[in-house]
Amino acid sequence: MRVGLFVTCLVDLMRPSIGFAAIKLLEAAGCEVHVPPTQTCCGQPGYNSGDRASARALAAKVLDEFDDCEYVVAPSGSCAGMIRTHYPDLFRDDAYTLGRIERLCARVYELTDFLVNVAGLAAVPGRHAGTVTYHDSCSGLRELGVKRQPRALLGRVPGLELKEMDECEQCCGFGGTFAVKFGDVSAAIADRKCAAIEASGAGAVVLGDLGCMLNIEGRLRRRGNETVKVLHVAEVLAGVL
Amino acid sequence: MQVHSMHFKARAGSALGDEVLQANLRKFGASGFALSRAKAVEAYGAAEFERLRTAGAAIRDRALATLDAYIERFEREATRRGATVLFAETGAEACDLVLEICRRHGVKKAIKSKSMLSEEAGLNEALAAAGVEPVETDLGEYIIQLAGEAPSHIIAPAVHKSKDEVADLFAAHHHQPRKTDIGEMTREARAVLRGHFMSADLGISGGNFLIAETGSGLVVTNEGNGRMVTTLPHVHVCITGIEKVIPTLEDFAALLRLLTRSATGQPISNYVSVFTGPRRAGDRDGPEHMYFILVDAGRTNLVGGDMQEMLRCIRCGACMNHCPVYKTVGGHAYGWVYPGPMGAVLTPSYVGLENALDLPHAATLCNQCGVVCPVRIPLPELLRKLREQQVERRLRPKTEMVALRMWGWVAQRPRLYALATRWAARFLSVLGGGTRRIRRLPGASGWTRERDFPAPQGATFRDLYRKARASAD
Repeated sequence: MRVGLFVTCLVDLMRPSIGFAAIKLLEAAGCEVHVPPTQTCCGQPGYNSGDRASARALAAKVLDEFDDCEYVVAPSGSCAGMIRTHYPDLFRDDAYTLGRIERLCARVYELTDFLVNVAGLAAVPGRHAGTVTYHDSCSGLRELGVKRQPRALLGRVPGLELKEMDECEQCCGFGGTFAVKFGDVSAAIADRKCAAIEASGAGAVVLGDLGCMLNIEGRLRRRGNETVKVLHVAEVLAGVL
Repeated sequence: MQVHSMHFKARAGSALGDEVLQANLRKFGASGFALSRAKAVEAYGAAEFERLRTAGAAIRDRALATLDAYIERFEREATRRGATVLFAETGAEACDLVLEICRRHGVKKAIKSKSMLSEEAGLNEALAAAGVEPVETDLGEYIIQLAGEAPSHIIAPAVHKSKDEVADLFAAHHHQPRKTDIGEMTREARAVLRGHFMSADLGISGGNFLIAETGSGLVVTNEGNGRMVTTLPHVHVCITGIEKVIPTLEDFAALLRLLTRSATGQPISNYVSVFTGPRRAGDRDGPEHMYFILVDAGRTNLVGGDMQEMLRCIRCGACMNHCPVYKTVGGHAYGWVYPGPMGAVLTPSYVGLENALDLPHAATLCNQCGVVCPVRIPLPELLRKLREQQVERRLRPKTEMVALRMWGWVAQRPRLYALATRWAARFLSVLGGGTRRIRRLPGASGWTRERDFPAPQGATFRDLYRKARASAD
């Protein structure tokens, strides 16, 4: 199974270890992982800010880079959701490209969704001593239905105990450029998320998106919490920490 | 109502600093309508409720597709049953029509049940200026009328007020000893309002829906004030938006199941009042004169455009009840009649995109609103389209536009992008120092004022992967 890894711009820039964890997991599931070297960004920042032209150009670029892959997997519900649920909207007036985009969309998956529902990964390589709580990222949850998949996989990590927090499906307040434009509102929303994480008593919060990760970790540390770890689900599953 | 939506940022900032408001909002978030809705949906059956949402959207779309024909049908049927149907293009015109009715019938005091359209039009101010005393009779509306404030929620207008604040208001206005028991406070307000009900000569109601086939108006309330307003005074004016006309009572039955469950989690509201024409010979109650005022106020501009789906809205408030931004800053921050996600779409649509620049951006696009909307309005998509319209009309700040275009331009050039991100990763990593976090980031103070920025690992995935591949080969 030839799988194209869409690394995502934030993993590339901020936490490359997540990209390597994703490769490890995909290979453990028997996939041949292909990483197109020219990939950059899925275009979501432009799309969500009203810059449709640049979003469309980047979508066309992603299409060309990944069109020969059997599947496309991203360690992010936000980027996978952008491709799968929003790319078609960008090509409504171009029937030829729209057809290609729709065939691509059907093959795009968020990492845990792919591992559970397509690759059928049986045993996970990672181990984790301690309790974790899981934050459902908005795009993964509400655009792609990622809910059960990460929990099913985490349940197979030896030593890991999952403790659900209150309102785990509540937005962390990131929202892309929202976090900078309305920094005080964003931080106040993040603060409630941090309180819920702390109240769960878990030693780490695990999640599937870099945006939420930076937001939650940044707010946890600023409010003086130095103990709760913020981990990407791929890192935990792959044992790459 | 005056539009303050340009000042969302400042208003949100002061809302965050208002400790009483924050406590009230936390209480609303913890025990509020969202939880009741979830229980009601579970009791109804989640899958069945999804089908009902689909049906609700279809009913609204069907009505809106030939709205002009249904409005004419409504006018014909209502007129045939003795009501007078009037049309207003703007809020100001609607106020003029109401004032004319007041003059015709010598009205001195008007009792009102909740009407968001009258808030749009500034009807209370217009009545008071013309010497007619307007009295709000929905308890929440009554409270904010005493406080001289605007509603902060479309179905719970005083949700931003604490019990203590209300106790102070009542003590000041009712000239009675201050009470703090909610039951006693409600009874006191009820006694005061009873006098107004008995002495008013005009009742002004909103209309949740207007039924084309019967020429009826409908209000959904929990306090019964709607029924008193529409039956006690000798003149009744129902004022609502033109988009509220639906074909049949059967359509209403489906929409009602959605409306109350989505709003408060109730299977049905305490009162559902249907009014068809004035009092007939032999009727024991009801007004002698009945008017419907159908107001456009920007609605037809939405027909056939990007925002048409917004006209489906049945004003349940579920979108704001589930909105992380609304729950954090409250309704007044939005600066006009409608708050939360529906307000962030409606306000720029009705008062002009250039008068509400922040609102389409004041959302995380988490889509909580989209998944609870009873008529499946794709609110995040509409907000995104408004953002696109702002860019097309060059309404965004220059720096933001340049930054966006730059990002898009560089991201389309992989070699340049690789170079830029390599240096950014190194630079930010150095800034992170030993603590691996950045406490102040020039150009991104919005982020770092109340949050750290976790430092990157130092090298890009791209570079590390290339090296790993090279050494493996």
